[in-house]
Amino acid sequence: MKNRVVITGLGVVSPNGVGLDAFTTAIKKGQPGITFHQQLADLQFSCCIGGVPLISEEKKLEYLTPLQLRGFNSSGILYGCIAGMDAWRDAGLSIDPKSKLDFDSGTVFGTGTSGVEKFREAIYKLDDKQVKRLGSTVVVQTMASGISAFLGGILGLGNQVTTNSSACTTGTEAILMGYERIKNGQAKCMLVGSCSDDGPYIWGGFDAMRVMTYKHNDTPEQGSRPMSASASGFVPGSGAGALVLESLESALERNAKIYAEVLGGHINSGGQRQGGTMTAPNPEAVQHCIKEAVVNANISAIDIDTINGHLTATSKDALEVENWTKALDRQGNDFPYINSLKSMVGHCLAAAGSIESVATVLQLKEQFVFPNINCDDVHPEISNLISEEKIVKRALKTELNIAAKASFGFGDVNACIIFKRYN
Amino acid sequence: MTKDELIAKLKTIVQPYIQDEAAFDNLSEDTDFINDLKINSANLVDVILDVEDEFDIRIENDDMEKMISVKAAMGIVNEKLAEK
Repeated sequence: MKNRVVITGLGVVSPNGVGLDAFTTAIKKGQPGITFHQQLADLQFSCCIGGVPLISEEKKLEYLTPLQLRGFNSSGILYGCIAGMDAWRDAGLSIDPKSKLDFDSGTVFGTGTSGVEKFREAIYKLDDKQVKRLGSTVVVQTMASGISAFLGGILGLGNQVTTNSSACTTGTEAILMGYERIKNGQAKCMLVGSCSDDGPYIWGGFDAMRVMTYKHNDTPEQGSRPMSASASGFVPGSGAGALVLESLESALERNAKIYAEVLGGHINSGGQRQGGTMTAPNPEAVQHCIKEAVVNANISAIDIDTINGHLTATSKDALEVENWTKALDRQGNDFPYINSLKSMVGHCLAAAGSIESVATVLQLKEQFVFPNINCDDVHPEISNLISEEKIVKRALKTELNIAAKASFGFGDVNACIIFKRYN
Repeated sequence: MTKDELIAKLKTIVQPYIQDEAAFDNLSEDTDFINDLKINSANLVDVILDVEDEFDIRIENDDMEKMISVKAAMGIVNEKLAEK
């Protein structure tokens, strides 16, 4: 007997809205969170725009203690703690430093790299022969599992506490890893999500690869253009998304609010074969991942009402849409609605999958499709495949039952989740 | 620097790390950093860095290991200040 798994809490720290209410309002309006960053210009980046959540010093103190904030320099851990703690409270669960250890609750909270600014600070000291003066804060902020370690202690989690990492698939993968654990009866409740640092030291490598747009330094809000003919590379973002997953039984027992059900999904890799490389997806594997997700969720491709794509605003968007049409065997007017949150917040890298999943779940809960902004000129290769009406440009109120969310990452890795409205 | 002045300075330094308010309020020469103030052992290195900064001294590994109480800290600080 496998457990059904539902979502009972959400938390989000996004460039266009910190907290669930601000974020919900922002995605309904199509409000962008991309701004110009003088620091990037000073460092001679080609792309000087990015998505950074705004967090005040007072806000930090609502989540972390003055001791935790001493020598603290890890934006990803900050975003992850805020999103994770918000999701926990949103699920009606309490946060108490003296709480009893809970062996039934754990976390899978992913990241790409942790505390890159803290690491930089440490390296400068080390090279200056000051290793003795690093203090105790370097390890916990720069170890990959820093975020799950912080959250595990704040919440008193006694089940698995770990961090996964699979490039831009990380957040979506984390959700499926937590889902599996509950489905198989190894945990009752899993906080799942992911976070990513912001700033030049995390974005520089992408700038060097010329995969970020350099054409919108004067027009940051128009920079991120998924599915558009004038898309010219992604805009970097940052932040965190978090979801509380719980067995349906446990949620009903607690009389918890239920946002949606996780019906299933799939994770695979293209093995960097058949057109797949370190940085490009193997189309056959992407299609296989989507098809297997549909099978695993025990639905038919025709049941999918809306797709939240990976869609980064690079030349690969048309290929992704083609993969969806082939995997689902649906095209033209028969294709589901499709959108990309990246048009508003940029590509939040390791945090992308979780922030975008929060947006997808909100769509099911509140029955709307959020708009694609900066997509008035749909790429002709995309409009040849699907009807332009499926790429909504204004928030659309409509009945939605099933949403598919996919993420793809460097290393040729893929993840696809099927969410269902709960009623 | 008088003994009381030194204790007052150490008290300010350890304040961010303590987890037992009552023991902190009654801090004296006999107070132990871990057993009384419940300072997380990982934070002892941070206390030592703050002591180094406050008194502009350097504390070596051997002395660090001994610095687990107010009394031991006072002894080491006085010794290093005398060497200056």
